[in-house]
Amino acid sequence: MNIFEILGPVMVGPSSSHTAGAVRIGYMARKILGETPVKAQIQLHGSFAATGSGHGTDRALLAGLLGMEPDDSRIPYSRQVAHESGLAFSFENVNLRDAHPNTAVLTVWGKEGNQVKVQASSLGGGRIMVNQIDGIRVDFTGEKPTLIVQNEDKPGVLADICYARYSQDVNIATLQLYRNQKGGYAFTIAETDTDISEDVIQALPHMQGILKVIRIASEEEK
Amino acid sequence: MAFHSLEQICRLCREENKNFYQVILEDDMQEREASAEASHAKMSQLWQAMVQADRDYDPTLRSASGLSGCDGGRAAAYYASADSYCGDFIGEVVTRAIQMAESNACMRRIVAAPTAGSCGVLPAVLIPCAHRYQLSDQQVEEALYVAAGIGQVIASRAFIAGATGGCQAEIGSASAMAAGALAYLKGGNEEVICHAVAIALKALLGLVCDPVAGLVEVPCVKRNVIGAVNAMTAADQALAGIQSFIPVDQVIDAMREVGEKMASSLRETGLGGLAATPKGMEVTL
Repeated sequence: MNIFEILGPVMVGPSSSHTAGAVRIGYMARKILGETPVKAQIQLHGSFAATGSGHGTDRALLAGLLGMEPDDSRIPYSRQVAHESGLAFSFENVNLRDAHPNTAVLTVWGKEGNQVKVQASSLGGGRIMVNQIDGIRVDFTGEKPTLIVQNEDKPGVLADICYARYSQDVNIATLQLYRNQKGGYAFTIAETDTDISEDVIQALPHMQGILKVIRIASEEEK
Repeated sequence: MAFHSLEQICRLCREENKNFYQVILEDDMQEREASAEASHAKMSQLWQAMVQADRDYDPTLRSASGLSGCDGGRAAAYYASADSYCGDFIGEVVTRAIQMAESNACMRRIVAAPTAGSCGVLPAVLIPCAHRYQLSDQQVEEALYVAAGIGQVIASRAFIAGATGGCQAEIGSASAMAAGALAYLKGGNEEVICHAVAIALKALLGLVCDPVAGLVEVPCVKRNVIGAVNAMTAADQALAGIQSFIPVDQVIDAMREVGEKMASSLRETGLGGLAATPKGMEVTL
């Protein structure tokens, strides 16, 4: 851990895992959706379900969906902000199998009709891990600049994605592939050392077999 | 490259004739590929956020559960008027520790140091010291580097979360970090800093994490007080030349061993200790 993972983050209390981490989960779900959410069904598992209300976990998740970050002083009032900005929401408790105790599943609909289901857990200290997108297992934290590409599971797509990054001189730190079934849909998730330029993002969706491209910027860039 | 022992930091201090703060700053610059200015700017933001959070305390607020709030105002009024045992200076430390921890419970903005539950310890000692000794922001920020370097070693050798190591890992670590920072501010060298850290951590060894209803409120708010006051007495002992018999890195290792032996009911699950008392069990959400 670097020293600013020991001191910090600046955050709205009371809990780095149940509040700050929950804001990041909501924020990440909004990023993955790629547009302004208008409706959200939120499921809480484990300790999120048991002690979430006393930690403001519900308000924190909504705040993230509304685009707030963990130090936003409007977090305690996010239910009201959601009403005002036209985000309909519901909460329920679930019992997931083999999930981290601090896990939430967010099904989110956007203004332009996109829909995504994101499962993520809060690991402590405000750090999170995205576990599933649309039922496909993934694992990434969003701490580094991250590129998420939804593509058809067929030969050549990965080469295209990597070449696009290489041609922009972006070094890939980690690369992960996940799919629902052979020949079905796949996610390619690349964490990079430096931020990915808009050019790469613009070019990728035009390549064959690529369905959707999501870019998560690093903390510094925001 | 994050440090794995305080001995490693002390060796660098001796070999390169640098102080504790410089060693931590230079390591951060290397680790995050940042300039000294960029690193300081980040630390400065944290210090300013602590000062702002302290200033923003609202003595009328209560937490959603109703368990916390208003005691910061009571403490301030008492120390301002009564002939207290602790006196004005320690009284100010106690008051600020309660206030910051209450702000956290009431969903106000705070700085996790190292966690949200222990956010009151460092500002509770640093803000009164900054006033009393007329410290510049630069001096306090240097002390925060010292605190962060200590926390980094504790996180690397043991843990800083109640869920993994009990309250000794949260309030204990915060107190040890604060003790080191205080020793540094009074001119203590790396050895004095290490004794302050060891003395502070030893005093809180074995402290369990037993929050009522799983909330960061009872007993967390008042444990910030003992973390802050313990840091001051540990720093004073070390500055007086009193030494810890057990070397600091071994104290941290002992904290790890104790934490690993702690039952899970005593590690932030809200199932044991104070949480499992009849009164504690009355609290439902």
